[in-house]
Amino acid sequence: MIVVAVAFLFPVYALVTLSLKDPRQIAASPLGPPTSPTFENFGSAWERASFGTALLNSTVITAVSVAILIAVGSFAAYVIARWQTRLGYGLYVLFLLGIVLPFQLGMIPLFTMVDDAGLLGTYQGMIIFYTGIQLPFTIFLYTGFIRALPSDYADAALIDGAGHLRAFSQVVFPLLRPITGTVLILNAVFIWNDFFTPLLYLGGSDRETIPVRIFSFVGQYVSDYGLVFAGLVLAALPILAIFLVLQKYVIKGFSSGLKG
Amino acid sequence: MRGRTSRFLLPPWWFAAPALLVYAVVVLYPSGAGVVYAFTDWTGIGDWSFVGFDNFTKLWSDDAARGSLINTLLLTVAIVVVQNGMGLLLALGVHARIRSRSLLRVIFFAPAVVSPVMVAFLWKYVYNPDPGEGLNGLLGAVGLGSWRQDWLGDPDLALWSVAFMVVWQFAGYSMVIFLAGLESVPDNLHEAAMIDGAGRWQRFRHVTWPLLAPAVTVNVMLSTIGGLKLFDQVYAATNGGPGYASETLSTVLYKQAFVYGNYGYSTAIALVLALFVAAVSLVQVHFLRGREVTIT
Repeated sequence: MIVVAVAFLFPVYALVTLSLKDPRQIAASPLGPPTSPTFENFGSAWERASFGTALLNSTVITAVSVAILIAVGSFAAYVIARWQTRLGYGLYVLFLLGIVLPFQLGMIPLFTMVDDAGLLGTYQGMIIFYTGIQLPFTIFLYTGFIRALPSDYADAALIDGAGHLRAFSQVVFPLLRPITGTVLILNAVFIWNDFFTPLLYLGGSDRETIPVRIFSFVGQYVSDYGLVFAGLVLAALPILAIFLVLQKYVIKGFSSGLKG
Repeated sequence: MRGRTSRFLLPPWWFAAPALLVYAVVVLYPSGAGVVYAFTDWTGIGDWSFVGFDNFTKLWSDDAARGSLINTLLLTVAIVVVQNGMGLLLALGVHARIRSRSLLRVIFFAPAVVSPVMVAFLWKYVYNPDPGEGLNGLLGAVGLGSWRQDWLGDPDLALWSVAFMVVWQFAGYSMVIFLAGLESVPDNLHEAAMIDGAGRWQRFRHVTWPLLAPAVTVNVMLSTIGGLKLFDQVYAATNGGPGYASETLSTVLYKQAFVYGNYGYSTAIALVLALFVAAVSLVQVHFLRGREVTIT
């Protein structure tokens, strides 16, 4: 097991050691441990990749999209789960269809729509896209959870005179916390790492997210391994750090959330 | 009261309206339009007309596209088999270790949270053709210099090199799902089998494996759909090359749309991809669910 883990870590070892070497050390011994580690690569990668801007863009797009997904998705799932009629079931199936459909089918029509609306290169365009594309999965998770939840708490609030909005936001929503955690983690990881659509919608603008920025950065400095790898380390660090802190929840989210 | 819930207690329909609106604009309408455009010669500029099944016959006669269809299927089979096989072995190994279990789990799962594009760039270095760099350098250092290859530059190898890189990133993901399955196998079943004289392999075959069926379903489904749709890793590592050797449906439809401006043809390829994904999902839900057992 230990041997497997070590072999598994070889690419990571190469990544970290190369990012700590200057070009001379790399030429002398590409795979050896760094003799005099330098952090110079990180500073210049940060600057040349405009990494600060990309970090901000990724954070804004991910945070806003996930917040909207949680709000809009949990509301819709509440209706779907509670309306045990043909209409409720029909809505459920309609949303599930979106899990199976690859987004490439609507890729070009949607691209022309976003272009016509003047939303290429904007936060709004990406946020609307992610909300739509991730809703089916979000609603699927919430609906399953709400169906298993007794409706007594909400009923009591309604009988006591609370409106539906209040009954949901103050009584039901807090009960959804475990599944909200899963929804948050899975959507955030997906949106943070997504590459194809941001490349189309944001490529060349000053709203590029981290994967898109790193893609053109690597293309530009491809022969300078130390610099490129420092860029990759920078790009991977935020999400890895969050993963390490929240590892129990993340792993639980990934392994439980996907069991239909 | 149950079964005849008072109407007054049901949430109003407009709770679902915002979701429905965004979903219709971003998914339903564009996908519907995509299905229509697949039967046209639309290029994005000027008029278009219906061309029947021309785009689909073209897909079959176009070497790059037909090759990409075959590549996509080969890649998917390789990923499903190797990723889940490795995932299962890792899960069994990690599950058996009480003390280092959570550390190993974190190490193996970590690549799955990193962007596939960055993993592709990292592996592009690992696959460096230079004899002193990356994997070739490692092979040389351990005396296996004759195994050195041009991993991404050799047309016979490129596709498999891409597949292995995907497996490296997501084997830990499969492992985590298998681990959750293993944890649900009650210890007393193993003990009972042991008392009855079952060996290691027999216990795995007759106790663990049947109870892992739900995890197998989830894993096979996730990796199949992921394999069919694979884009980021191919685009970043080989961009379909050398030649068309590692082109997949996703990279071909991307190039047809945004390099050549053949919007109609590109959506036709997307429709083929959609049909594959839908067919696979239906078949798998149907067959794999059949062999699931539950403990009562």
